[in-house]
Amino acid sequence: MSLKYFQNLPLKIFSALFVFASPMQADWFALNMTRGVTDISNEVFELHMLIFWICVAIGVVVFSVMFYSMYAHTKKKNPVAASFHENHKLEIAWTIVPFLILIAMAVPASKTLVKIYDDEAGDVNIQVTGYQWKWQYNYLEDDISFFSNLSTDMDEINNLVPKGENYLQEVDEMVVIPAGKKVRFLITANDVIHSWWMPAFAIKQDAIPGFVNTAWTKVDKPGVYRGKCTELCGKNHGFMPIVVKVVEQEEYDQWVNGKKQAAIQMAELTTKDWTAQELVERGESVYAVNCVACHQTNGQGIPGIFPALAGSDIVMNQKDKNIEILMEGVQGAAMNSFSYLSEVELAAVITYTRQSWGNAENGDGEIVVPKDIVDYKKPKI
Amino acid sequence: MSAVIENHHDDHHHGPAKGLTRWLYTTNHKDIGTLYLWFSFAMFLIGGAMALVIRAELFQPGMQIVEPEFYNQMITLHGLIMIFGGVMPAFVGLANWLVPMMIGAPDMALPRMNNLSFWILPFAFFILLSSLFMEGGAPNFGWTFYAPLSTTYAPPSVTFFIFSVHIMGASSIMGAINVVVTIMNMRAPGVTLMKMPLFVWSWLITAYLLIAVMPVLAGAVTMMLMDIHFGTSFFNAAGGGDPVLFQHIFWFFGHPEVYIMILPAFGIVSHIIETFSRKQLFGYSSMVWAMLSIAILSFVVWAHHMFTVGLPLAAELFFMWATMLIAVPTGVKVFNWVATMFKGSLTFETPMLFAIAFVVLFTIGGLSGLMLAIVPADFQYHDTYFVVAHFHYVLVPGAIFSIMAAVYYWIPKWSGNMYDERLGKLHFWLSFIGVNVTFFPQHFIGLAGMPRRYPDYALQFADWNMVSSVGAFLFGVSQILFLFIVLKTVMGGKKATDQVWEGARGLEWTVASPAPYHTFTTPPKVD
Repeated sequence: MSLKYFQNLPLKIFSALFVFASPMQADWFALNMTRGVTDISNEVFELHMLIFWICVAIGVVVFSVMFYSMYAHTKKKNPVAASFHENHKLEIAWTIVPFLILIAMAVPASKTLVKIYDDEAGDVNIQVTGYQWKWQYNYLEDDISFFSNLSTDMDEINNLVPKGENYLQEVDEMVVIPAGKKVRFLITANDVIHSWWMPAFAIKQDAIPGFVNTAWTKVDKPGVYRGKCTELCGKNHGFMPIVVKVVEQEEYDQWVNGKKQAAIQMAELTTKDWTAQELVERGESVYAVNCVACHQTNGQGIPGIFPALAGSDIVMNQKDKNIEILMEGVQGAAMNSFSYLSEVELAAVITYTRQSWGNAENGDGEIVVPKDIVDYKKPKI
Repeated sequence: MSAVIENHHDDHHHGPAKGLTRWLYTTNHKDIGTLYLWFSFAMFLIGGAMALVIRAELFQPGMQIVEPEFYNQMITLHGLIMIFGGVMPAFVGLANWLVPMMIGAPDMALPRMNNLSFWILPFAFFILLSSLFMEGGAPNFGWTFYAPLSTTYAPPSVTFFIFSVHIMGASSIMGAINVVVTIMNMRAPGVTLMKMPLFVWSWLITAYLLIAVMPVLAGAVTMMLMDIHFGTSFFNAAGGGDPVLFQHIFWFFGHPEVYIMILPAFGIVSHIIETFSRKQLFGYSSMVWAMLSIAILSFVVWAHHMFTVGLPLAAELFFMWATMLIAVPTGVKVFNWVATMFKGSLTFETPMLFAIAFVVLFTIGGLSGLMLAIVPADFQYHDTYFVVAHFHYVLVPGAIFSIMAAVYYWIPKWSGNMYDERLGKLHFWLSFIGVNVTFFPQHFIGLAGMPRRYPDYALQFADWNMVSSVGAFLFGVSQILFLFIVLKTVMGGKKATDQVWEGARGLEWTVASPAPYHTFTTPPKVD
């Protein structure tokens, strides 16, 4: 809790109390669903407005009758109440009329739903995998795979520095898709249930371990679109946004080539001779993205839930066991396999934990190089 | 021989026992009703305090008050405590007080079980709350406890949570059986089914729902227990299990549970509107049929909570249409209430104010529910603050307003004293404003795209979140006034007449105020 928070408090309360005194703030007008950028999302928006206005109309009729009798039929104005208490025709009417209104709503809703449920393959097929607490994107045709993590600074979250425009809605690597093409997402999860929501495309599909759900979109307008995880998935549920960048086909092809080149360069790094210092430097950033949420910056974990790495015997003295845990995860615990990381990243992050927080001084101080991971992956006899 | 005579002599002065044992050993429906009501009020304050922690954190963007880990514990416990500790026991308390008096019975049919079903509840909540102090913290997976977040990935306290849910379930099932047996066997001569007061009808239906679905909940948590401790894989995909199965089981319990929390409110509001309109309730038999239809439909709509899990198209269509159908009997009830008021002779005492607010705000919650039933639109609403706004509209100004209305309406009968009308109205207006300032902006936040269960949010949601937090504190603080009013009434005040309200109908108004410890030891005559 920063001091700044308290300094702002009276001001914030003041502005909250005088809602309409500050029309300059556009956020007061964030009252409705936005239209979206695809045909489907536009249809969904129209449907939303249709039902909304029907509901408003029903509300207005019912409440007007009610408020009228609250005004006109008070004890003062109407000392003796009427005695009617039944009317079968009326009862039948207000059963059938709502039923007809419902049919009027159900027809367009069902039509749109059928359109959404088209699971033919797309021009581009992307497997989306939810992890605690990040998304992995796997381009099935081009063999591109990467993780997308929240890139908002912890200092912004902790109110130490001003928040940026895209606070909590920005990632280190966006999903890039081509404009005007049918893109199909195959959505699943690795640990708990997540949900992949992109409001501008009207897609919300749960990412469930053991299941593959599908959703598709065709976006004509290039741009950057932002979404969120919408199924409670643990501590950092609120901190795993989704950002999709829609680009023209040409730019998309360039991006695909760039990603492929980067993958080749990464493979070359595996065979390089590494020093402990290089691995620790690289490992620190891998740790910050993948491990810090549970094991904490100081390696102390959270007692009772996430074990400490600082002073852990495995991290200090058992190199092989250390590699095994990262590769296989721990059965029945929140620790998952991180075998999806590259050999370089794995070696670097293990070395980082073995060299930090006094572990090197208190343990054997051995480092892990990418080749160790490659050896681990070789079939065992 | 003399002992027998003495016992017989005692019967004539049969009042409550003295001291603490009165409450521990009591088998009297009025005492047990009082215990339930006070217990639920205590839980309401604890659950409410947790809601205020949530709203304080959400007052502005950034993490200020709590850590995300603790935030998740707060949302979980807030939901569980309000549902299982606040709303449900309050309705059971009202059933205890009112059902025997309304049907002319001397007590509940199973008085010892009645005592047991109350006294296990404090233990259930002691266990649940103690998990806050356990290593790894309290349950943090939301009140819906979806697997595998609540199994493989849960803190160790999940086992205590399971045990406490089992106790709550046992308590509810016993309470429900008691209500059914009482209503079926102990009605005074002449109180036929279609002459029963609507509150009794609503509770009869609720009790059957409870008996049908609480065992399903028990099954779900038992399967979790097996997965966690005994190596099964019901919900673990890696072991060949199915995480979606959990949701099917949970919502097969969960949707009827929603109606368990609203049907008794329908009963209460019908009585209050009738009384203060000084006019017989419009469409009694259609009210009964509407409640029965809602109860039956509640078993075939569960998957509307799961539109985004990847159900096949046919299932989505079926559950959308079935859900929309519920609007018909619900509409009938609202129309009947309005028709009851129409050409009545209305006055607006506190219970009536709460009842009218119930009808208006519950209808708003019902209409947003109808919007949520539309599957393509639900893809945008699902798990956003729009849903939070929707279910809080039906639960807070719905269920909870009806409970408050009931307290104001019947407290003169319970205590023998009138409550302070000026303070009652003040409490109403503060609550009414507080509730709307809290929950109405959540519709906007949700439509603008803020997911629920987020401890922190993007900047475009900041303004309305702040308004919502201000409203929450207003509503929360107003409930202290409610406590004060109730205590003041219990301790003294203007004496109530037996009839209490000019337009009140029903057997409970024929007995003295306060109602004697034993009523209807000989059945009344009802034409």
